[in-house]
Amino acid sequence: MSGDGFLQLRGVASRYGQTRVLKDIDLSIGKGEFVALLGSSGCGKTTLLRVIAGFIEPSDGQVAVNGRDITRHQPDKRGMALVFQSYALWPHMTVAQNIGYGLRLRGVARDEIARRVSEMAELLGLSGLEERKPANLSGGQRQRVALGRALAIDPEILLLDEPLSNLDARIRLSVRHELRALQKRLGITAVHVTHDREEAMVMADRIVILDGGRIAQQGSPEEVYNRPASSFVAAFMGAENLLELDGVRDGETFVLQPGSAGEGGSVPVAGRALESGAVEARFRPEAARLTDIDTPATEPGARFFGEVMAVSYPGGHWRHAVKVGDREIMADADRAFPPGQPVTVFVPAETLFLFNTPSGDPVSRPGLPSETVKIPA
Amino acid sequence: MTALRNNLSALWWVPRGIVFGLMAFFIFGPLFNMLLWTVTEKWYFPHTFPLEYGFSSWEKVFAPRGGALESLGNSLVVALLTVVVSLALAIPAGYALARLKLPLRGVILLAFLIPQAFPNLTVYVNIARIFYEIGLNGTIPGVVLVHVSHGLVYAVWIATAAFSAIDPELEQAARNIGAGALRTFRDVTLPLAAPGLMASAIFVFLESLDEFTGSYFVGAPDVNMLPLLLYTTASGGNYQIASITALLLLVPSLVFMAVVERFLKADVLSRVGQ
Repeated sequence: MSGDGFLQLRGVASRYGQTRVLKDIDLSIGKGEFVALLGSSGCGKTTLLRVIAGFIEPSDGQVAVNGRDITRHQPDKRGMALVFQSYALWPHMTVAQNIGYGLRLRGVARDEIARRVSEMAELLGLSGLEERKPANLSGGQRQRVALGRALAIDPEILLLDEPLSNLDARIRLSVRHELRALQKRLGITAVHVTHDREEAMVMADRIVILDGGRIAQQGSPEEVYNRPASSFVAAFMGAENLLELDGVRDGETFVLQPGSAGEGGSVPVAGRALESGAVEARFRPEAARLTDIDTPATEPGARFFGEVMAVSYPGGHWRHAVKVGDREIMADADRAFPPGQPVTVFVPAETLFLFNTPSGDPVSRPGLPSETVKIPA
Repeated sequence: MTALRNNLSALWWVPRGIVFGLMAFFIFGPLFNMLLWTVTEKWYFPHTFPLEYGFSSWEKVFAPRGGALESLGNSLVVALLTVVVSLALAIPAGYALARLKLPLRGVILLAFLIPQAFPNLTVYVNIARIFYEIGLNGTIPGVVLVHVSHGLVYAVWIATAAFSAIDPELEQAARNIGAGALRTFRDVTLPLAAPGLMASAIFVFLESLDEFTGSYFVGAPDVNMLPLLLYTTASGGNYQIASITALLLLVPSLVFMAVVERFLKADVLSRVGQ
């Protein structure tokens, strides 16, 4: 993570026609590190991966590997391997030919190729399928052939373009761990593009969240999860409940004013750059504690008052839609509160994310398309 | 009521049978007539069927002086050369039209239609005049050039469709693990486009085989082709020889149509002319 990582991006920008897809990306990736590029569709994450792979020439900036500028190098001269979202297996070649193609290009002897291919097939659990064509493989098998083809050439950098998104939910969970274990064992530097927050959390050493072509935040999974740097990151990391409040900073405490939403509360600033004024408060449904209307607070945090609108059981806990002021939030509880009942929503200080409302920018800027806002936990 | 309806639906085969029977008659009637003529010795009005059958016309056609073998040879050589030249032009052109963001792409594609857009006679008479001046008239290369101008529209349109149907990511995957642009084309693009290119080759071959006007003005009388032989024999009233020539022209068409039907997949067909 130092200034001169193994894979270094400096001020990378890319435009498509008049649209600026990437703006001034600075990223440093260490050798052997697993970095996830996380973002919703259209945030530029796939473009960034293709800039690294050499399929898109950046309009500005520099890509360097091991201190060598490769910005203008052809894709085949970069020593990287990309696993495509569509897998892009060659339908006219067998599994063995697909995996061995990179070695054939390097002029490796025929029996050496056969040895490496069967080694790779064994590593990926594809033994016995070497003579099949991709059309006769299941989705999971195709995914592993694509991975095998990329790994067979011993790439310095492995690029993964949502390689798990076409798999069944159940296979996806196990492949995550297999892929991560393999990457660690081989010590490959990996850049993984995904829109799946959990996938990024489980697999990556570091998560880079992209928003509108910029890096919104980067850090370890627990950093971005527990200390989101912006309202956007908080929402993307699951804190979709949003309340607009007014607050006053008093030294190292931030006092949320009582208002239409509830009585507020006071929370420690804890190093955040909060200023007095309008704030956006974000929290996860599972962070909220739902209690009867006059339960007092027992720890630092904020108390809001509302009315249950709807209740459902997604499994493990009851999920309530609660109307607080003029907004509706989601809150989990171990027991069901019937619709219509007035309740207290208490959010402990460490799970309440506060951000100053950007001036001139309406609060209803969640930065996310509406359909992704309702991710059930 | 239901009984009546059942009876009516039981009779539904009658109109269907009539329609299909008529269609079969219009398609196979002339073909059957042609087949009969190829084995006829004697057949005149008002008899429905030939009076005598025999293969003497076949002997005449394939006799060294019959000219049919020479025409067949000329036709096959010209058709094969036309395919080679057309594909040599259509493969790079089709790839460029499919992959590059060319301005006026539609106009370029339409331009290949121009030889078909004007009356053939006017075009070929002028071509013949020009070819005569530069010594191409009455030569195989001259006829091949005329056929190429005619077949290029099929070759380029189908080749463009064949290349468009290939996912660019398949090429990128090859570039990504170290194949240069030409190597990628050889190992990935060309094999995947092969069925479509094969189909375009067959179309060009068939077009060349029964092209008449150009062959007549540019080729005759030095280079005789099968359609010309068919014309001269049929207009001379020799239906036996004309029918045998027609059969020679028909067989490759039928064989190749069956092959094309296998090769030309829906995903390629749907991209023709796009």
